[in-house]
Amino acid sequence: MPDDRWQPKLDQYLDSELSAGEMRGMEAHLRECVSCASDALHRLQLKRVTRLAGQRYTPSAEFRRRIEKQVAAKNRPAHRWLWIPVLASLVVLLAAVVTVGRWYERSRSQQVLAELADLHVADLASPTPVDVASSDRHTVKPWFQGKLPFTFDLPELEGTGYKLVGGRVAYLEHEPGAELLFDVGAHHISVFIFRDRPEIERVFPAHDSRSRVLSFHVESWAAGGLRYFAFSDASPEAIEGLCRLLQQAGA
Amino acid sequence: MSAHDSSVGFEELAMPLFDSLYNFAQWLTQNRDEAEDLVQETYAKALKGFGSFQPGTNFRAWVFRILRNTFLTSRTGLAVSRTVPLESEDESEQTVAVSHETPESILLVQASQQQVQAALERVPVVYREVLLLCDVEEMSYQEIADTLAVPIGTVMSRLYRARKALRSALEGKVPEAKHA
Repeated sequence: MPDDRWQPKLDQYLDSELSAGEMRGMEAHLRECVSCASDALHRLQLKRVTRLAGQRYTPSAEFRRRIEKQVAAKNRPAHRWLWIPVLASLVVLLAAVVTVGRWYERSRSQQVLAELADLHVADLASPTPVDVASSDRHTVKPWFQGKLPFTFDLPELEGTGYKLVGGRVAYLEHEPGAELLFDVGAHHISVFIFRDRPEIERVFPAHDSRSRVLSFHVESWAAGGLRYFAFSDASPEAIEGLCRLLQQAGA
Repeated sequence: MSAHDSSVGFEELAMPLFDSLYNFAQWLTQNRDEAEDLVQETYAKALKGFGSFQPGTNFRAWVFRILRNTFLTSRTGLAVSRTVPLESEDESEQTVAVSHETPESILLVQASQQQVQAALERVPVVYREVLLLCDVEEMSYQEIADTLAVPIGTVMSRLYRARKALRSALEGKVPEAKHA
């Protein structure tokens, strides 16, 4: 007689749905119980023949192609749409890079100008703002020989309203340059001249630029591989006048 | 294929199931044209709803469930669903049922594949589908429960009755059914 405990679980055993412990228990029982073993064999045969008989219908090749085409056609646009968020992310990333880059450049240019403004203010406060005190350009320019890795030209200021006070060596980011002090009326104008480096060129891309730092007017330009910065509390026109003279002298 | 990898596309997951889905569809509909329509609609619905498919759940059960639900709302499916087996779906009943070696089990050994196919055609769809999912698709009880949207106990009960109905059909006894 079949065992009432194990026989009802035969289908679950053959469907591999018993726990590991029950599987072992069932296998042990089937080794001893001929009735249940025979029942299990017939149920297994039913499963096998059902599987074989159930695999009856095969789709036509034409129908398969139709479905593949249907899936591929609807899948491709979906993949294409997937590029939208990817593209959007790239645009946002690019915008972020540009923004950060511009912020960095702006930050760098402000840093350079602030450093030069400090030099300008320090010179005005100093009892000896220049190391070579002379209104003669033929005295001031030669003084820099051997002190700087470049040379520059100074304009004739006779009758222009501008007066050369003198000059000294200044440093911008460890690079030596010339600092020239001019007077126009009661105002002082500091003109800094450095070699134009890629780092400086990148943050001052415009050939000529005007800006304000700590209320000082600043004019900057590049010529002949040199970078000029003019600082003053004088009017922008007064600064520009001196700048034109310096540009003409260096041309 | 129980886990869904988001990097895997619908095509890669769904097309390997094409033969199985078609076979299941024709067993349900018993008609080639209807089976093709059913499979085509299943793929369209699955593709449309693929975004809502929960990663980590069973894709095969998900697609088979779509096919079965689509079938049940078709004209053939609605007609079939009005015919239900007489037996109740008492989940505990199958656990006390005891069968012995009978002439029908011996008959089964000698039954040809064509005879079993004919018997499968005769059993009610509600039994045929659970037999196909378990013995042909080799789904676990949990997968079948997910596909049919019923508890595992109901799956076990239906399987017991389905196998009993199949044996009866092999003997030439058509299982009793009533119109709901």
